[in-house]
Amino acid sequence: MELKDLLREKRAVILKRWFDLILETYPSETSSFLKKQKNQFSNPVGHTISEGIEGLFDGLLEESGTDGISPFLDNIIRVRAIQEFTPSEAIGFIFLLKKVIRESLQREIRDHRLYDELEGLDSRIDDLVRISFDIYMQCRERLYELKADEVRRMTFRLLQRANLVREIQD
Amino acid sequence: MAKPTKPPKPEELVKIDYNPPEKPWMEVPVEFKPGTFCYGTRPKYLEEVGLPNPREWSPTDDDWKLPSDWKDTVINGIGERLKKYRSFQLFMDICVRCGACADKCHFFIGSGDPKNMPVLRAELMRSVYRKYFSLGGKLLGNLAGARELTFDVFKEWWYYFYQCTECRRCSVFCPYGIDTAEITMMARELFNLLGCNTDWIAGPVANCYRKGNHLGLEPHTITSNIEFMLDDIEEITGIKIEPTFNRKGAEILFVTPSGDLFGDPGTYTCMGYLMLFHELGLDYTWSTYASEGGNFGFFTSMEMAKRLNYKIYAEAKRLGVKWILGGECGHMWRVVHQYMDTWNGPADFLEEPVSPITGTKFENAKTTKMVHIAEFTADLIRHGKLKLDPSRNDHLKVTYHDSCNTSRGMGILEEPRYILKNVCNHFHEMPEDTIREKTFCCGSGTGLNAGENMELRMRGGFPRANAVKHVRDSHGVNMLANICAIDRATLSALMQYWVPDVEVCGVHELLGNALVMTGEKERETDLRLEPLPGKEEDEDV
Repeated sequence: MELKDLLREKRAVILKRWFDLILETYPSETSSFLKKQKNQFSNPVGHTISEGIEGLFDGLLEESGTDGISPFLDNIIRVRAIQEFTPSEAIGFIFLLKKVIRESLQREIRDHRLYDELEGLDSRIDDLVRISFDIYMQCRERLYELKADEVRRMTFRLLQRANLVREIQD
Repeated sequence: MAKPTKPPKPEELVKIDYNPPEKPWMEVPVEFKPGTFCYGTRPKYLEEVGLPNPREWSPTDDDWKLPSDWKDTVINGIGERLKKYRSFQLFMDICVRCGACADKCHFFIGSGDPKNMPVLRAELMRSVYRKYFSLGGKLLGNLAGARELTFDVFKEWWYYFYQCTECRRCSVFCPYGIDTAEITMMARELFNLLGCNTDWIAGPVANCYRKGNHLGLEPHTITSNIEFMLDDIEEITGIKIEPTFNRKGAEILFVTPSGDLFGDPGTYTCMGYLMLFHELGLDYTWSTYASEGGNFGFFTSMEMAKRLNYKIYAEAKRLGVKWILGGECGHMWRVVHQYMDTWNGPADFLEEPVSPITGTKFENAKTTKMVHIAEFTADLIRHGKLKLDPSRNDHLKVTYHDSCNTSRGMGILEEPRYILKNVCNHFHEMPEDTIREKTFCCGSGTGLNAGENMELRMRGGFPRANAVKHVRDSHGVNMLANICAIDRATLSALMQYWVPDVEVCGVHELLGNALVMTGEKERETDLRLEPLPGKEEDEDV
């Protein structure tokens, strides 16, 4: 029995628990809404998280490279980067997966002595955190760029008229 | 007889949450986090319009330098408004907390902050209303959901009533029709009794009051900016357009938000207007005094909105026009449609608007005498008065964002869509629950389009962006059209964060692209001076 088989078998349980734990990072009134509302347009945050963690989980199992996993991470982190979270809280949801896997598969891991595989998986999860940090920083930097861009755009014609705009020559 | 209670099952006992319960919302003080609030106004802006308590202050200060009797001012202010506005009294009394509105607010959906649920946002004020204006609240206090007005409560109001864009989506779902926007308006009026406006709102108010537009631009700057656009139009079409300014005796006065004159992508929309009017040979004039359709007074107080709105009729009278045509704007139209006539009317010196091209009477504008350009243009197309080549927009896959004010505030739903379907070949609607009356706000209306609260704007705009992302993924949409100047300014930033490959435009920009003008040269580029489909240079070959 391989760890991957167990993870595949318990995919639904693990994803549900991971989802619930992530939602616990929100106030209780909010998490019940995020859980209950299934329409992806009425509840984009809940939808983004649930779709995102599915993609991440499958990506981890299939050992997809960064390119395969990044879009899912990006979708979730883009949301949490502008919500009421500190940087560590914004990306900390990834560590919750370790907790969920241990909780759900504790006995099987022990019985089948799957510690080596678990270590491998842990390290792939740590990799996700590393990528997450890059994504989080990109999101935050983008926010500051937006502020600067917007000021320029709002008064573009005035700047142009005052000869304050120059095209960069190649 | 009550049913005997069953003992809990073992698995239910296991589920018991040992965490202490969270504090009730009233006991959670507000925390001003950077990125979520706007700066407090500079004193000079208040002085320029005679508003009280001008001083240097910041929302993060412990002391907001309020006058010693600030509490009386607020309580009396509420009392006055309860008498003046029957709706306000009703909205304070009739909510049954059914929760239908709770998850309809874009700020709640995007932020996850429970105090952004419309019901709870309103409750911030209702709790104080009960304490001072209801018998139950006076006697029972907290038990009746009442609380004292304290400085912490006042700060909490300020934080959350500047996290409402008065978009009125929640009111669509309220079985009683409670309009949370009106509660927000009242709160903002109360802030202004104590000099607590935001800088981003108070600045445009002062500029508008002195010079007629948000940036405080003077007449020569306005004309020369339009001339700049005319040069671009000549380069694109070969046609030299010569509009008039402040011309007495013109048939129509044209008023548009000043964002169309100076900010991209609004300027391309403005080029569309100029080209359309030229092609029609419309007898119209621009005004460099009524040079702003937008009205940030509307986010300050009714009195201030009325003051700033006055210039439109005054200028129409001075110039002796017959009626007024208005450009693509959101809140400008809420003001025009629902308030202008009663504030500054009757405009009995004007005539009931009639399109000089089609003869259509705009009966809906019988009292205001002001017609929305989307209605005007849709009518022209309906009567076959425009020659259009939609293939010039073939590089664009377009979707349409209903602005809150024009859709929920005045029911302009079909006209912009009708224009779009005639000027481009690729049009795709966003999902049903996110458009028309149920449209999601841009997240930056009512003067929340400042830079310092960018994080908040990205939260509030997420539901809208999420729907755009859906049509981008399913239909390859790359252009988000709308009929609002604030949308044009702020959706650009929203798209750059959430859906970076989608651009933003006004409906009349796409019309300008498609409009076949008499005597024009073969067009090589669109209004953004980017090559038209099939006209790309073969540099790479």
